[in-house]
Amino acid sequence: MSALSITNVTKSFGDNHILKGISLEAEAGEFIALVGPSGCGKSTLLRIVAGLEGADSGEIVAGGRDLTRLVAAERNVAMVFQSYALYPHLTAGQNIAVPLAMRNLTSMQRLPAIGSMLPGQKAIRKDIMRQVTDMARSLKIDHLLDRKPGQMSGGQRQRVALARAMVRQPGLFLMDEPLSNLDANLRVHARGEIVDLHRRAGVPTLYVTHDQAEALSMADRVAVMMSGNLLQLAAPEVIYDDPAHIEVAKFVGQPRINTIASRVDADGAVTLGTWRLQPHETLAPGTDITVAIRSEFLSIADLGTPGLPAHIERLEFLGSEVIVYTKLDAIGESMVVKLAPSEVKGLVAGKPVTIVPQGERLMVFGADGARLRADLTFTTQLERAHG
Amino acid sequence: MTETFSFGRAFRLTLLSLGALIFLAPYIFMISTAGKGQSEIFTSSLSLIPTQFFYLENFAKAFGRVSMGQLLWNGVIVCGLIFVIQVIIAIPCAYAMAKLKFGAARLLMALVMLGLLVPIHATSLPLYVAFDSAALLNSYTALVAPFSISVFAIFLFLQFFRAMPDDLIHAARLDGMSELGIVMRVIVPNAWPAITAFAIFSVVAHWNDLYWPLIVVSNQAYATPPLGLLFFRAAEAGDDYGALMAATLIITLPLVAAFLLAQKRFVEGITMTGLKG
Amino acid sequence: MADMTAISLPIEKSRPIVNVSERHEARVAWMLAAPAMILIVLFILAPVVAVITLGFTDFELGYSTFKFVGFENYAELMGDRTFRQSLWNTTVYTAIVAPASILLGLSVALLIESEKLGRSFFRTAYFLPVASLLVAMATVWQYLLHPTIGPVNSLLNLIGLPGPNWLGSAGTVLYSLSMIGVWQTVGFNMILFLAGLTAIPRDLYAAAEIDGAKSSLDRFFLVTLPMLGPTTVFVTTISIINAVKVFETVKTLTEGGPNKASEVLLFTIYQEGFVYLRVGYASAMTVVFLAVLVVMMFAQYRLVDRKVHY
Repeated sequence: MSALSITNVTKSFGDNHILKGISLEAEAGEFIALVGPSGCGKSTLLRIVAGLEGADSGEIVAGGRDLTRLVAAERNVAMVFQSYALYPHLTAGQNIAVPLAMRNLTSMQRLPAIGSMLPGQKAIRKDIMRQVTDMARSLKIDHLLDRKPGQMSGGQRQRVALARAMVRQPGLFLMDEPLSNLDANLRVHARGEIVDLHRRAGVPTLYVTHDQAEALSMADRVAVMMSGNLLQLAAPEVIYDDPAHIEVAKFVGQPRINTIASRVDADGAVTLGTWRLQPHETLAPGTDITVAIRSEFLSIADLGTPGLPAHIERLEFLGSEVIVYTKLDAIGESMVVKLAPSEVKGLVAGKPVTIVPQGERLMVFGADGARLRADLTFTTQLERAHG
Repeated sequence: MTETFSFGRAFRLTLLSLGALIFLAPYIFMISTAGKGQSEIFTSSLSLIPTQFFYLENFAKAFGRVSMGQLLWNGVIVCGLIFVIQVIIAIPCAYAMAKLKFGAARLLMALVMLGLLVPIHATSLPLYVAFDSAALLNSYTALVAPFSISVFAIFLFLQFFRAMPDDLIHAARLDGMSELGIVMRVIVPNAWPAITAFAIFSVVAHWNDLYWPLIVVSNQAYATPPLGLLFFRAAEAGDDYGALMAATLIITLPLVAAFLLAQKRFVEGITMTGLKG
Repeated sequence: MADMTAISLPIEKSRPIVNVSERHEARVAWMLAAPAMILIVLFILAPVVAVITLGFTDFELGYSTFKFVGFENYAELMGDRTFRQSLWNTTVYTAIVAPASILLGLSVALLIESEKLGRSFFRTAYFLPVASLLVAMATVWQYLLHPTIGPVNSLLNLIGLPGPNWLGSAGTVLYSLSMIGVWQTVGFNMILFLAGLTAIPRDLYAAAEIDGAKSSLDRFFLVTLPMLGPTTVFVTTISIINAVKVFETVKTLTEGGPNKASEVLLFTIYQEGFVYLRVGYASAMTVVFLAVLVVMMFAQYRLVDRKVHY
């Protein structure tokens, strides 16, 4: 039985269909990144799982409990917000204690002055403070417990938010872009910490981000969402190397994957220069098709080699690699090639060259964007021309 | 989080509506009584629609006893003059305090804070004696002069100007503008939200002021609306409630109409003074 | 040798240029601020000094001479029954109006904030009294509260209750005036609280829900009330100060009566200073009045302001 199961969740605001039927399952202790462009519905899905919003239809089951009709307070989930949402008037220690206080003290006992005078208080409060201090120590913020959020840096506030989420040992972790407010260098460091904390807690985590690099580097599995649909849920390597949809392929990977619009020819195949791709599915001639290939699977050779003739537009030196922007002569489409610095000798803007793709890395996508499996063959056209 | 009509919602709306009714009751009765004849007022006080419409008679009486037009005109002149002078005096001062370096800045700040504590009621006695000995009672000067300085305006504009980017002013200086030019051509055009907020505060406060006009004006020709209404009541001998309500209706109308038309501005204005305070 | 002379050049060479622009800036600043400063001295500082000084004299308008009498005025004040009654009435009035208008202002703001329907209408309805001429509306209230022909008593009679002589009886007059005072100020506080409420980040409520705050009451105490801290302090200060300054309703409706039952500080000062023309005595009263205001402002700043801001 999976630790978290989301079944066919839909949500609309008026005419706007934010979620069009999302289903996903997570195993115990799995870290799933929900990634997609703004407006794809990932934050809405997270809030529905949290119980902050109700779904129009569908079910949420976590740890064997049906959460669908429960309010947020009863779901035993923890959430870290983009803005951290720390109570500004409470110290870090008091902030972290809030979920424990809510759970272990009754409303009467929580009243500001009077509450602490009621019997049975001391023991519970001491226990709460012990848990808070332990958690703070493990996150290395125990020296900040008496400070208010306004007196802390962004990174420190983020840890307090994490501590508050973890201290109640929830059944599910939800994170809504918790790193996007941090400086770039802090962010990379914080990624590792979050993955670490997640492993220690051993609970499923749903992590929302718009940064595909973050998603790929942190997650056990990545869920790519677009316009309210879940396009693919798979391990990062699979998302990258074997995308199920053109939008997934375009969203992931830096620089963006190269796409060439093409058509199915009379034989039901797709030709690209010397390569010929035969889709497993039979398609009518003339159907629109997209061929795609990542920039690291292209190389640049001299004019005359078998491949795609092109002209270099400009080069971008990035230190460990060089990005070469080219334009294909035949169809005018841009191709971006990623090369190692040693491979760019003699390449200048304006030079005519040949782009040589690694044939087995070519991918074919249908008109609806779905991935089509295809067999690869060489054409002998060019050889015939020479021969 | 649902939008449906729950019991809680119904309860809240009922509470709000009942409260609104109580709060609006005086206006409803004011309009209703302004149209009733004497006999009807004395017999049926709870019926809202007058059986016989006495509006014309009551309004005629109201206009006849006291020159309503003169009252409203005085109010406009006095409030207008006060506001304009306050702004002209306060803006350069606030700009200097916010953006320029000079020795007396701290002292001035202390004076402003001190001034916020001192209402006209505290300074009225000596001012009255001074105006009396200068034979300036019963004049626009007496009505306007003490309010020509508004430390609240300085305070409000100071906060606002502090938040304005320095670069704007540096650019103007590089363009060769004098400080006064900067005030007039850069600061004022960008300060409209603060100016309108203060306008609302100032006009409402001084339109409503009874204390000072009561002290310096005894000649009806110079009466402001609150004072005029007091004179009306005295002249009325207090029994003709129809005419009285008609008079209050006429006097209340301008500000209420202005408020209804510029509601958003009113609310923004108070919100701004509240946030800065 | 040439290098030594170069080093020995005075560094102040570069300073005068900076100094000139600084002095110029200071001069311009003085000119811009001068009108305000002169007026502050003329209409605020000098009169305050004058009031304090006059408080030590027996100056009466119409008499050409006066002399310093030290603390005689203040001694007389302490024994003055009217003044003591006035202080007491003002205290009672403030004690009723300030808390009531703060609580009601907050309640109405909370109700309006949580309800989407008719927000604009309700805001207008509750704020209208603030925007209306107080003297005029006091007159309307006089009609409403009239013991025989007023709608309020007619309504009470309908349900069998006897209607008191609201403004005419010493036992009820202060409460009637308080009621009018609350009516007139709730809208202002409501707007301030609404501004404070809308400034609370929505995320905090979401966090509170997730942390286990199930009921709206839980969320009110965890998020709303603490976040409204600074606003509440401001509203409280304004409400108290405005309550102490009550004058228009008293002058218009009761003239301090019946039997000094509605005599308030400002009215007493007005009577002594501008009707009986005992300026010296009234100045002493004014000093007491000012002292009360200053003490309250300081108390608010010292005690509460620090604790409540985050």
